[in-house]
Amino acid sequence: MQEISLTDDRRSLVGEAFRSKSFSLGFLLTGAFIVAAVLSLVWTPYDATAISVAEKLRGPSAAHWLGTDHFGRDILSMIMVGARTSIAVAFVSVGIGIAAGVPLGLWAAARQGSLVDEIIMRANDLVFAFPALLIAILITAVFGPGAVNAIIAIGIFNIPVFARLARGAALTLWTREYIFAARVAGKGAVRISAEHILPNIMNLLIVQGTIQFSLGILADAALSYVGLGAQPPVPSWGRMLADAQTMISLAPHMALFPGAAIVLTVLGLNLMGDGLRDIFDPKLRRSR
Amino acid sequence: MVPFLLKRLISLALSLLAASVVIFLVLQVVPGDPASYMLGMNAQPETVEALRQQMGLNEPLVWRYLTWIAGLAHGDFGISYTYKVPTAELISQRLWVSLPLAVYALVLSTLIALPVGIIAAAKRNTAADYGIMGVTQFGIAVPNFWFAMLLVLLFSITLRWFSAGGFPGWSAGFLPAMKALTLPAIALALPQASILARVTRSSLLDTLSEDYIRTARAKGLTRSQTLVRHAVRNAMIPVLTIIGLQFSFLLAGAIIIENVFYLPGLGRLVFQGITQRDLIVVQSVVMLLVFAVIVITFLVDIAYAVVDPRLRSRS
Repeated sequence: MQEISLTDDRRSLVGEAFRSKSFSLGFLLTGAFIVAAVLSLVWTPYDATAISVAEKLRGPSAAHWLGTDHFGRDILSMIMVGARTSIAVAFVSVGIGIAAGVPLGLWAAARQGSLVDEIIMRANDLVFAFPALLIAILITAVFGPGAVNAIIAIGIFNIPVFARLARGAALTLWTREYIFAARVAGKGAVRISAEHILPNIMNLLIVQGTIQFSLGILADAALSYVGLGAQPPVPSWGRMLADAQTMISLAPHMALFPGAAIVLTVLGLNLMGDGLRDIFDPKLRRSR
Repeated sequence: MVPFLLKRLISLALSLLAASVVIFLVLQVVPGDPASYMLGMNAQPETVEALRQQMGLNEPLVWRYLTWIAGLAHGDFGISYTYKVPTAELISQRLWVSLPLAVYALVLSTLIALPVGIIAAAKRNTAADYGIMGVTQFGIAVPNFWFAMLLVLLFSITLRWFSAGGFPGWSAGFLPAMKALTLPAIALALPQASILARVTRSSLLDTLSEDYIRTARAKGLTRSQTLVRHAVRNAMIPVLTIIGLQFSFLLAGAIIIENVFYLPGLGRLVFQGITQRDLIVVQSVVMLLVFAVIVITFLVDIAYAVVDPRLRSRS
């Protein structure tokens, strides 16, 4: 009986999600780029790293839908492979933020006002005080440029975001009766956090995760634009834009398409986040 | 007010201390010896050793940290390894590009965002509101360096109204210098203005649903009178925080934008420092920016407490 009602709930949530225009549009945009990224693993129109000087700086045509760059590489293929890099970097760095930040936040909430809480929150403040991009630049500069270091640099800034969110949400839950009941029943702080608090803050984490995902895409683009992200010959959206900048008067299409790819992906994720927030928290819907 | 101030001051000092330790330690990990880097590949080991001695690189870690901090307190940031001039001098020259750029962008962003956000809230659920929300949704998604390139494409290459980069210096006159900073400032301001407009709108909508607004309307004030006299003023508190935070974002964001427009600001200085292993320069600029963020956050906190006495007891 319970089993059935559970699936019904889930189905109606999915149904409600797709009734939200923001969510549907966002899902469509983000989905398109994820499909392109996955597809690039097995197929791209051309080899994204194949240089063909004879065909350099071509505008969009039937052969090359989005044109070619200054080495004659196919821009559509590069954008597809670049989507893979960007999405992977942003996704893993959100993962780092959740995996490290949520337990820290829950721990701080369970021991509210203790030394542990104080240390975690002050460490969070400290990370917030560093302009994220600046430190990401510093980290990649110190440990060497590359996708892995970009992930670490972006991931570090996701940790306090999730820690603070989890702590704040958990603190209000700790005052609820059912948590008190669980404590009386002899459950420890760890079990309560895992069994009662975590499921109840999942919605918030998902919404924040979508937002951090989109910020991660932007941060990765900025890092690879200044040459500190994924290294050539692996195509990345930021690096494509850096190359395009030197060619901007000759071949503006080189700048337009990778930039549009970034904007559409980020827009898609933000719209999905907005849609999800409306669904999870109908109270907010009035004001938006 | 005094205990509150004292508490905030202590936490300010602790944050600065922690930040300086972190920055110092991170830069100790940088691979490569600055002394051998400065002298080139063919340097004699004795020469390198002598330079290391002269640069104080052989001192213990704690001692080097303390010397650095003591220097900072005196405005002595150390001598740049590559430029061979005091780092403080380099920074103050560059600051005259980065700081005006950040202020320019902040002013632009605020001037655009506040009216736009207020209009969206006042005309809620109309075409104007949807249009503004749609545009700001785009504004948030646009990477500022790409927007900068589009501005160059339109205003420098096609219309030829602005130069595509470079900075004539303030000695060339106020207007030419401001003109060189205009496209970079717009590029920096757009994403921030989008965020700020959205914050303004939702803050104003929250305020408009308060009981005292209904009371004001019941008293016979018109919609616009209520908006101006009661709602906007009260809605400004969260907006001010965001403006405070944005200033530090803009200073840091300028790092990327300066590279797009070849502006000789702090951002270019940091990148040159990184590629030339000029640690003392990188360390100082990063410290300065973090210092700015921490102090601005502190000032915003204090400003709050002055405006809203309830906040004093809470923190």
